[in-house]
Amino acid sequence: MNNKNKSCLTTIPVFIATFLIAFSTSVLAENKPEPIKVGVMLPFSGVYAGLGDSIRNGLKLALQEKGYKASGRLIQLVEVDTEAKPARASELTLGLVDNDKSDFVIGPVHSGVAMGMINTIRNKDSIMIIPNAGANAATGAFCQPNVFRTSFSSWQTAYPMGKEAANMGYKKIVTLSWNYGFGKESLAAFEESFVAAGGEVVKKILVPFPKTEFQPYLTQIASIKPDAVFVFFAGGGAVKFVKDYDTMGLKGKIPLLGSGFLTEGTTAAQGKAAEGLLTTLHYADTIDSSKNKKFRADYKAKFNKSADLFAVQGYDAGQLIIQAVEAVKGNIEDKAALIYQMELLEIDSPRGKFRFSKAHNPIQSIYLRKVVNGLNTVVKESVTNLEDPARGCKL
Amino acid sequence: MDTYFFLVQLLNGVQYGLLLFLIASGLTLIFGVMGILNLAHGSMYMIGAYLAYYFTALTDSFAIAVIISSLIALVIGLLIERFLISHLYKRDHLDQVLLTVGLIFIFNAVQSFVWGNDPLGVEVPSALSGSIQLTELLEYSDYRLFISLICICVAVAMYYIINRTKLGMLIRAGESDRAMVENLGVDISKLFTIVFAIGVVLAALAGIISAPIVSLVPGMGEHVLISCFVVVVIGGLGSIKGAFVAALLVGIVDTFASVLIPEISSMSIYLLMSLILLIKPQGLFKS
Repeated sequence: MNNKNKSCLTTIPVFIATFLIAFSTSVLAENKPEPIKVGVMLPFSGVYAGLGDSIRNGLKLALQEKGYKASGRLIQLVEVDTEAKPARASELTLGLVDNDKSDFVIGPVHSGVAMGMINTIRNKDSIMIIPNAGANAATGAFCQPNVFRTSFSSWQTAYPMGKEAANMGYKKIVTLSWNYGFGKESLAAFEESFVAAGGEVVKKILVPFPKTEFQPYLTQIASIKPDAVFVFFAGGGAVKFVKDYDTMGLKGKIPLLGSGFLTEGTTAAQGKAAEGLLTTLHYADTIDSSKNKKFRADYKAKFNKSADLFAVQGYDAGQLIIQAVEAVKGNIEDKAALIYQMELLEIDSPRGKFRFSKAHNPIQSIYLRKVVNGLNTVVKESVTNLEDPARGCKL
Repeated sequence: MDTYFFLVQLLNGVQYGLLLFLIASGLTLIFGVMGILNLAHGSMYMIGAYLAYYFTALTDSFAIAVIISSLIALVIGLLIERFLISHLYKRDHLDQVLLTVGLIFIFNAVQSFVWGNDPLGVEVPSALSGSIQLTELLEYSDYRLFISLICICVAVAMYYIINRTKLGMLIRAGESDRAMVENLGVDISKLFTIVFAIGVVLAALAGIISAPIVSLVPGMGEHVLISCFVVVVIGGLGSIKGAFVAALLVGIVDTFASVLIPEISSMSIYLLMSLILLIKPQGLFKS
């Protein structure tokens, strides 16, 4: 009897103690991993707001597939509107990095904003992931260990078209774009490969940004009578240019070629004026892979509109974060190890699988695309696994 | 550039200028009669374009869309004048600027909320989708000529109304001596309401009829506003005749500068403005 009582007296505290320990550790286990903070710096107002929306949608789709968790750690988004204004880039970046303690910062759309962000973030612990801005310098002369890009360099999107244009038999070409970084880099990359293949750029026209009165330039092109025209325009400017090219009667007489942004997210507004246009880009709507089909179906179901390139780039930024966190088993505080693991990753993108170059830009295939019924359809893979030359990068 | 292309460029310039006039005329009218600086004028242009898009899609007819959109613009103009602007006549320009800048933000938010941020387009109405062959390569679309025709009609109508009708007489009187008009027993507040609404409708009409040839994007109103101010300043604040001459001048100078001096073409209209203000500090025609 005594013995029994005694054992009872000892077992109860042990039981309680075990319960307490179990309970407390479970609480600890719940609390221990801090959530991962991801700053999102995109334009949600102004001319580029549409691109910001698409990128954010893509990002959310990628995170939602994993329940906003990676290696058991919750992923929290902190969103900031850049308004695509370079002047505010530094201040907004500092806010996300220093005040919000963001582990990752995703952004921006605009290359001018990107340069300001890189300057601010390069000595910080946060990792920047560029989901659009294509300035060559971001993974070239200004490349940084903690800056990755899931989109493209301007060079990558225009270089393949030079060779394609030469293959189509064109000898004399007029190039045209807005007079800003992205446009000028695209024209230069096109010219590089077109001239190397024996072609000649007879006139390069730079239109003041963001002017969309294209008639004087189209009249000028008609007086030059080139074999073809290569242009870089995006968004609203691309819509206006393609329509003007058609209404001025040049379509069908002088072939119009472009960097893929000419017909990306714009074909609905361009209507029949865009039909048949040939462009090069690292994505096409009709890429025949199960990954792309599933992505497009999920995106359509969730956001009630068709996915575009920008959504893909945002989606891949989300995938990159999840895969990176999982690769270091949630221990993202060791930044050097995290960056090392990110460099080794292969991202299974709707555009096709890609890895990062030494300068942290995707090594990716570029497609020759044709607009058919408003869709950018694959004509062929123009270049397989094209790597940006990363001029001036010392990584 | 041979003669033929010179003439085509001149046509480009005139056509651009006429459209600028249509947008700027409302701005200068409102300023001339009421002394109100309406910075939200570009927003009316934007709203006009988006309404045209919406009603063309809804009714499948651009003509019906033009009528409905213009009527809505008229109502918007009346409401803004009655409920907002009318409280500011006795205040200084800074208060008007604050209010109308606020309106820009509101209209941009409405646009983004209702129509989203992707670029939109309107198809050219089929009756006007033909074109005239200009050179072996170039065509001029009927629709662009139609726009120019509308702009000329508006200019003629405005000239007639201002110089030949009782309303025009009041407008001219209101421009030169507001207090005297009031003392003569004219209901000036009613006149102001009418003038403001007409100004808004003119801006919206410009947006509506250019919807098929532009791309509808967030912020499209602000770009237009800047060129408009250049036109209004060159023409002389408040002068409709001045706005007409200035708009053609700006259109032609901008067009030729684009191809002849591309390096500095973005400055060309501002250089023109500075030059004219040096010679005539009040603008070409001071009302």
